[in-house]
Amino acid sequence: MKVLVIAEHDNGKLAGATLNAVTAAQAFGAPVHVLVAGHDTAAVAGEAAGLAGVAEIIAVDAAHYRDQSAENLAVLVADVVRGEGFTGVVAGGTSFGKNLAPRTAALLDVAPVSDVVSIAGAGRYVRPVYAGNVMVTVESDEAIQVITVRTTAFAAAPSGGAAGVRERAPAADLGVSRLLGRELSKSERPELAAARVVVSGGRGLGSGEKYREVLEPLADRLGAALGASRAAVDAGYVPNDYQVGQTGKIVAPDLYVAVGISGAIQHLAGMKDSKVIVAINKDPDAPIFQVADFGLVGDLFEAVPQLADGLAAG
Amino acid sequence: MKILVPVKRVVDYNVKVRVKSDRSGVELAGVKMAINPFDEISVEEAVRLKEAGIATEVVAVSCGSAASQETLRTALAMGADRAILVETDAELQPLAVGKLLKAVADREQPQLVICGKQAIDDDANQTGQILAALMGWAQATFASKLCVEGETLRVTREVDGGLETLELKLPAVVTSDLRLNEPRYATLPNIMKAKKKPLDVIPAADLGVDIAPRLRHSQYSEPPVRKAGIKVADVADLIARLRNDAKVI
Repeated sequence: MKVLVIAEHDNGKLAGATLNAVTAAQAFGAPVHVLVAGHDTAAVAGEAAGLAGVAEIIAVDAAHYRDQSAENLAVLVADVVRGEGFTGVVAGGTSFGKNLAPRTAALLDVAPVSDVVSIAGAGRYVRPVYAGNVMVTVESDEAIQVITVRTTAFAAAPSGGAAGVRERAPAADLGVSRLLGRELSKSERPELAAARVVVSGGRGLGSGEKYREVLEPLADRLGAALGASRAAVDAGYVPNDYQVGQTGKIVAPDLYVAVGISGAIQHLAGMKDSKVIVAINKDPDAPIFQVADFGLVGDLFEAVPQLADGLAAG
Repeated sequence: MKILVPVKRVVDYNVKVRVKSDRSGVELAGVKMAINPFDEISVEEAVRLKEAGIATEVVAVSCGSAASQETLRTALAMGADRAILVETDAELQPLAVGKLLKAVADREQPQLVICGKQAIDDDANQTGQILAALMGWAQATFASKLCVEGETLRVTREVDGGLETLELKLPAVVTSDLRLNEPRYATLPNIMKAKKKPLDVIPAADLGVDIAPRLRHSQYSEPPVRKAGIKVADVADLIARLRNDAKVI
């Protein structure tokens, strides 16, 4: 077997999810190659080459890979897989990986497996279904295994490798889609999906202003990423990329602080693997308390500033 | 333009599913079923495009057993013009559904297919991408905004870092995310009207594609339940416990 990890990046920097994907790929017990396709991506290829456990980087540079369109990348990945005899393809279970992996699998005529949380060898996986309320063991005899992996279920690959970088010619540009623009949230905070501490807010905050006023000092104190429930995103308090849950981001930090979040099943699906969960809510019957290690029933507008002050004092 | 909207019959999102005692699947007997919520958003978007004079016809399609007719009637009650059931009692996995949908798209020649981004039962998030690949069409997954501009489509997508906007050549496949729209409730008169709208049944075998499952789901289980912890007295108590018991700060 020979495994290809699809690197996720913005042409300048490797995304954290790729480090998790490299670790997951090791579970096949076969050489792991990483495909870095983009434009002017020498730095990304270099970063990937420095990961422990990587045998080789395949670098493909062309203007039509700059925007990472699924159409062009899927054709390229299928070419690389067929041309070089890969029998496994792994990508992070991010919006990038979910967009690309099924399209690639269809071109290869194999059934992809999404959101894998454990790998017991080629074609033996466990993945969540029904919003994480049920786990299923999936067995696949496909000649080429195409999977996406839940990033929180696999550790980040450490550095310490020195793989070679081999350049490969691009595939054709299909020219069917074009990126018009991106509005990406800029933040000095840690990346939500990989943060050690997450402070998350819900409808209980009441407005976007209150969300920032109440949660930012606490997040600053804890060095935390900020997250939100779907209700808070739908109400416009924060942008979509803050959403934690079944259809948002899946997080599993050491500490998750849920503020003014009732704990809908879709939200729990995104954070219930956190090591320690703190819930602050005025409703003692809120479902969030059923998963919280430490629950504080009270007015969040008093409790959260007290908590931030108390941490500062300590 | 003609729009094709695939819809799936799934366990209603309010139902707490249970694994069968022999772990062979989840208990579906007597469980409330409904249209997949993301597919409902897709139907709504297609109907709005028709109401705006952009779409000329909205065709809902479902692959599955005869019971999926009910799901198609929901789409018809929301405003789809007609429906197609690709009928089979066999287990269908996303790759097979993608192939069946391709066969339907080859017959129907839609300019746009709007799918839900994932079904809330298997959470696979694959069918739209698979269909787009098999058709050789452009794709825009996780759509939160969609505008048709002549021969192109402008789609805003919800991605991990925020939003991105793509321009796609038609025909194309779009998959709906939560914030694309808020689906309407079907009114009683429209539910009655939907009963008279055409619903064609095509046996899956007539489409001549390989739908045999490629994956085996050998064992289902419920994840360990997280135990509720304790209620703390006040903020000072919380800080002390985070420091001394949990040791996370």
